[in-house]
Amino acid sequence: MPKTPILRPEDTIHSPSRRAALRTLGAGGAAAATLPLWARYAGAQSAAPIRLGFEMHATGIGAAYGRWYERTSIAAVKAINAAGGINGREVVMVTEDDGTDPKRAAEVVEKFATQHKVDLAFGTLFSNVVMAAAPRAGELKMPYFVVSEGHHVASGKLNRWTVQPGITDVKSQVLAMAPFVAGNLGKKVTMIYPDYAFGYDHRDNFPPAMKAHGGEVIAQIAIPPTETSFTKYFAKIPRETEVIYHVLVGPAVLTFVKEMGEFFGPSRPEIFGFIDSIEAVDLNSPGLEFLEGTYFWEGNPRYAQKDQTAFDKAYRKAVGVDDNGASVADPKDVSTYAHMFGCWETLYIIKQGMEAAGYKDAGDRQKLIEAVEEIGKIPASDQHPQGDKVFNGKTHQVFGHQYVSKVAKGRLDVVHTSTIEDGMYPDEVDYTTQSF
Amino acid sequence: MEFGPHLMLAVLEGALQAAVLALMASGLSLVFGVMRVVNVAHGEFYMLGAVGAWGVTSFLGISPILGFAAALVVAPVLVGLLAAAVDVTVLKRLSYDPERTIVATIGLLYVLQQATLMTYGADARPVAEPFSARIALPWVEWKDGLQLFWPWGLYTTGYRLFVIAAAVAVLVGLGLVMKHTRLGLMMRATQADGEIAAAFGIPVERVYAMVFGLGAGLAALAGVLIVPITQAHYLMGGDALLMSFIVVIIGGLGSLGGTLVAAVLIGLSEGVISVFFSPTLAKILATLLVAFVLIFRPQGLFGKAAR
Repeated sequence: MPKTPILRPEDTIHSPSRRAALRTLGAGGAAAATLPLWARYAGAQSAAPIRLGFEMHATGIGAAYGRWYERTSIAAVKAINAAGGINGREVVMVTEDDGTDPKRAAEVVEKFATQHKVDLAFGTLFSNVVMAAAPRAGELKMPYFVVSEGHHVASGKLNRWTVQPGITDVKSQVLAMAPFVAGNLGKKVTMIYPDYAFGYDHRDNFPPAMKAHGGEVIAQIAIPPTETSFTKYFAKIPRETEVIYHVLVGPAVLTFVKEMGEFFGPSRPEIFGFIDSIEAVDLNSPGLEFLEGTYFWEGNPRYAQKDQTAFDKAYRKAVGVDDNGASVADPKDVSTYAHMFGCWETLYIIKQGMEAAGYKDAGDRQKLIEAVEEIGKIPASDQHPQGDKVFNGKTHQVFGHQYVSKVAKGRLDVVHTSTIEDGMYPDEVDYTTQSF
Repeated sequence: MEFGPHLMLAVLEGALQAAVLALMASGLSLVFGVMRVVNVAHGEFYMLGAVGAWGVTSFLGISPILGFAAALVVAPVLVGLLAAAVDVTVLKRLSYDPERTIVATIGLLYVLQQATLMTYGADARPVAEPFSARIALPWVEWKDGLQLFWPWGLYTTGYRLFVIAAAVAVLVGLGLVMKHTRLGLMMRATQADGEIAAAFGIPVERVYAMVFGLGAGLAALAGVLIVPITQAHYLMGGDALLMSFIVVIIGGLGSLGGTLVAAVLIGLSEGVISVFFSPTLAKILATLLVAFVLIFRPQGLFGKAAR
């Protein structure tokens, strides 16, 4: 290892000549990489790193998502640090497992605030977990950036400290999908969804959207999230069903889809699923052959498309995902590609917000939330590889494009991309009028 | 779905559940009957069987049917040996004291579960079905004479039928061993009275280790059989343990015959109720039945009252 100059932080901060020298060094990235960490961020007001608490579903039913949310977040933090951190300060991620357990999640938020002394917390996915933890984050006055898809943020059920700037919510997704389902697949729909908050967003928002496009939901089947056997639920599907609308999460999703195939045998109706039902599952697993010709909503296309953007290409590379949406290291380790971009984009929103607010320490948390509320239009870029978006500062929810993909030859090809407006709906809350 | 095919589907679902439940619960019941140990870690042996099946099939990497056949033998034997080792190193040292063994097996539950989480991970991993024939089933209806038709969704798979057949075969085998072999005689003697059995020269300690291993092996076997249908996951033991306890309490702790009858009763009723009403209602009713049995017939439907 080459010898690096010995610099004390106070030298670098108060002596302009040193700082100028450092900047020259910083221009050559390779040279910067050999410096001690504090020296790389020496241009900042304070050399102390910014600490982001990552609430991870490392264990429990959300583990597959947790693993990939973590990989994505680590990659994003690495990229942010390589480009000089936030406000010139290094970003450090503090990870805690919440076991995908609502009760534990509230404790994790508390631990972040009191023990780890993080600047903010982010990364929670499962909506029941968000519902349990967000109120505690609000009480602790700690910004809570969720990556959950739940409509709970925009519905007004949470608080001013909770924002969802990295991923669209279920209500928006469902509104954008209804015209496609009614127009291309059929009018009589049977819905299958998980029996908790996330599933209820589907249950409550899809039928009116379908009705608006001349369709009808003829049956709704709720499945407990810990269920392991599904044929008994499929038996409730009415005979006249033209389209199955399915969305499920948890460790048993593969069984769910496989049993659906066995149930219908050779005479299946049209099937439209949310990719959640096979997220982190290899599309070519035995028993899934019947999915050929069915449709999936995707938040971000798992398979690299013909018109793949340079942004998606760079993002895939940074996270370590191949063109089939699986880990570069292990092609059997399929990612949660349709969701995990939310972590990447959320971290860049945090960066943007902190830099706009001139964020220094926990005392500026309120300024950070106010800065994020102001963000508005978000162009597609390396920071936002899923596509352009609009952040609604009043409802704390981001809106973006949705994709419909068809299973063809064992891969997912995008056949429809919705506009941002397809997923818009009237505001249900104005968080900016609430006090901090 | 029409009522007839719907009922038939429910019964098929229930039969599968009953078969797996019967295997698992008979292991729990055997351990309690002979050793008077309430094995709270029983569900984890079931989980280990499933995880072991994943390990064996992916380690061998051969055709699904050969890999699965190997798993069917290797996983239960390994789990059985592990359990026998636990018996010798832990339960024996507690002198099989009923209260302390409950606490010890609770500890064992967490050790096994967390060790699996730390090594195997938190994912649910699939094991390919050794054979996967979907069998559509016909139904008859009266339309200008008797007619066969093939309703939507009335099916089973070759593998499901195999699980049911395998469970029946193993349980019949277990019954024969208990009744007609020297080994079975030793177990029954130990069950009747350990001290007198020891006085007659039966190596009671070895019988205990074997029974604990056998009980765990049965749970593991159930795990291996179910894993191509449901995938292996480190938390899968919890529900299975609860259902086994329900079955064993209703059937009568320590009564193998009672356990089988209760497994069929609970499995089938769960299948039928969850298909026609809701799975939650099926669980509520099963738990309610346990409460009634405990109040009105604490020794279980087929158990003998304590002497």
